[in-house]
Amino acid sequence: MRLTDLPLRQPAYVDLIDWSALSPSEGQRLREFGLCEGASVEALHHGGFLGKGPIACKVGRMTIAMRRNHAAAVTVRTGPDGAGAENEA
Amino acid sequence: MSGLPLVALVGNPNAGKSALFNALTGARQKLGNYPGVTVERKSGRLSLPDGRPVELVDLPGTYSLDPNSPDEQVTRDVILGRQEGEKRPDALVVVVDASNLDNHLRFALELIALGLPTVVALNMVDLATRDGLELDATILSRELGVPVISTVAVRKRGLDHLRQELDGLMSGAPAPYTTKPARDFDAVRKEARRIARAAIVRETPSRRLTAAVDRVLLHPVIGFVILLALLFVMFQAVFSWASAPADMLEGWVTALGEAVTNTLPPGIVHDFLLQGVVGGVGAVIVFLPQILILFFFILMLEATGYMARAAFIMDALMARVGLSGRAFIPLLSSFACAVPGIMATRTISDPKDRLTTILIAPLMTCSARLPVYGLIISAFIPARTVGWGVGLQGLVMFLLYVFGIVGALIAAWALRLTVTKGQSSGFLMEMPKYQWPRPQDLLIGLWQRAVIFLKRAGTIILFTNIVLWVLMSFPKAPDGVRQSEYSIAGRIAGGINVLVEPIGFNRDISLALLPSMAAREVAVSAIATVYAIDAEDDVEALDKGLGERLQGRWTLATALAFLAWFVFAPQCISTIAVTRRETAGWKWTGFMIGYLFVLAYAAAGVTYWTAVAAGLG
Ligand SMILES: Nc1nc2c(ncn2[C@@H]2O[C@H](COP(=O)(O)OP(=O)(O)O)[C@@H](O)[C@H]2O)c(=O)[nH]1
Ligand SMILES: [Mg+2]
Repeated sequence: MRLTDLPLRQPAYVDLIDWSALSPSEGQRLREFGLCEGASVEALHHGGFLGKGPIACKVGRMTIAMRRNHAAAVTVRTGPDGAGAENEA
Repeated sequence: MSGLPLVALVGNPNAGKSALFNALTGARQKLGNYPGVTVERKSGRLSLPDGRPVELVDLPGTYSLDPNSPDEQVTRDVILGRQEGEKRPDALVVVVDASNLDNHLRFALELIALGLPTVVALNMVDLATRDGLELDATILSRELGVPVISTVAVRKRGLDHLRQELDGLMSGAPAPYTTKPARDFDAVRKEARRIARAAIVRETPSRRLTAAVDRVLLHPVIGFVILLALLFVMFQAVFSWASAPADMLEGWVTALGEAVTNTLPPGIVHDFLLQGVVGGVGAVIVFLPQILILFFFILMLEATGYMARAAFIMDALMARVGLSGRAFIPLLSSFACAVPGIMATRTISDPKDRLTTILIAPLMTCSARLPVYGLIISAFIPARTVGWGVGLQGLVMFLLYVFGIVGALIAAWALRLTVTKGQSSGFLMEMPKYQWPRPQDLLIGLWQRAVIFLKRAGTIILFTNIVLWVLMSFPKAPDGVRQSEYSIAGRIAGGINVLVEPIGFNRDISLALLPSMAAREVAVSAIATVYAIDAEDDVEALDKGLGERLQGRWTLATALAFLAWFVFAPQCISTIAVTRRETAGWKWTGFMIGYLFVLAYAAAGVTYWTAVAAGLG
């Protein structure tokens, strides 16, 4: 499921990120925000008055906002958290 | 440069670097002053336990050493010793947010790998505790290989300890300078996560205060309404809260004028002091309360963490004109003053986005326009309510702000389709935790604003006004001719008048236009000086307030046209200077001045002709 389709306040973790859909600097910024395969995410708020707005989501312990086209590049899997996937590495 | 050892504060945005900087340096700070001195260099003096002084710099926050915006580039260049005019720091204080350790440790590891003497400030441990985290600084220190000190910057906890560690670092031999090849990003991230997990002793589910508040404030409809309501309250407050202190100030200015009249014999010195200094500068000073109220709101929005939410809410709208929500933050600070607003665009990574934001920033109604709006509105708009306790004067003020905003959005849209055409930028932003600002911090911020304003009044506004007074007082007009028309300034204004007569401006306004390029408030002091000079022999006229005298000389249509002009005109020299610096040249600066003058002329004209047609002329 894409991050854009993830129901609000449902814990999930990142399965896959389509880096090619992001510009290099956007990809870098997302990585710096801790968004990477295996990270835990939770969609918190969908913005948008007068048009579709950005999505605020929790990545680890941080809340970040991104536009829908970027969130659509992130595939997530629901589950308790992403700790399992991340800890293997 | 001071020749003292240099210590740099580095870390992610919102880690608490500035709070730590304030706590460590106290009042001994060197703040940037506009224009001229760049603001990103904020330095101060810190005393080590043995009394040795050290220079501390507060670097702009960044997430890594790969810069994404001009602001972040400075940080990287300083740390790597590449920044012109700055020596390489002798030591680093890496500030990390204890409640967001995984993420902040990644950058900390990147910095530690540089090999400079480093101490880590594990800041915001109080917030970590609030979130149910208990951390062990000793484990963290062992894993990172550098000293780690727990701090709470806003309560000055851990500062002595931090100073002691710095003392130890500064006493050692200078470290060899390394720029080790960066390790693979993912490897560092995993390492950071491992260390964070090791350092967390206990973790209980967090209370999610911020998320709960955000449910309301980021709600697509409610959040938008709240933002508008906040801005509306802000503009109402500027009028209603300010009236009592402003009346008091006005009383003082009048008393001072009377004192001048009573102590000095009539003559040129008396006239100069009364008309040029007390009358002119005094007319501006009375707006200090309004300006402070405005800054109070803006400082509050910033300090609470709401500013990032405003950006989130506005993103969809800003996207429509080719900008991102991030641009809303510099635009909102431009309500206070376009100079810091334009400098704040440095956080915008996309160059075209940034340029567009700079070009429209002067359209945000800055506090220097308040005296002009305030004077005209209180003279021509009746002080009555239009229902629900909403004052008509505040409403007109609000509308002027709205015109500026709408004008800016249309301008951005047009610019993005033409001269700053390009791919639309994205919106990626951290939403900081909500914080209740500390009153001291707010007071310091307001104090600094008051000093800047009074300095302006005492220097550029006073100086312009003195020059103006001289130009208006000579040569002396023969009987029956108005001094303000006969004088040198009057003749220059006569030339300008030819250009602006079609849009309803009279000679008073023509006289004020040129000096108000120095600072917008001068428009008010200039008009005050004109009337003081013309009223010289007319004792009755002198007793009247400036507003009353305006009512006798201007039509409503002219007053409205004058307001419309001020919504758009590029006016002040400081804005032009900072634009030239930030766009690195005259090309875009000239473009900005040109398009804003055209807009101002058109807006004033349309307002005047419409008002005359409606019978208000
Ligand atoms: N509770 C708490 N708040 C802090 C602490 N340090 C900083 N803050 C607050 O966190 C916010 C961001 O701090 P600031 O110094 O501006 O961060 P910077 O971006 O790193 O300069 C401000 O509202 C500070 O008052 C701390 O130790 N505890
Ligand atoms: Mg800061």
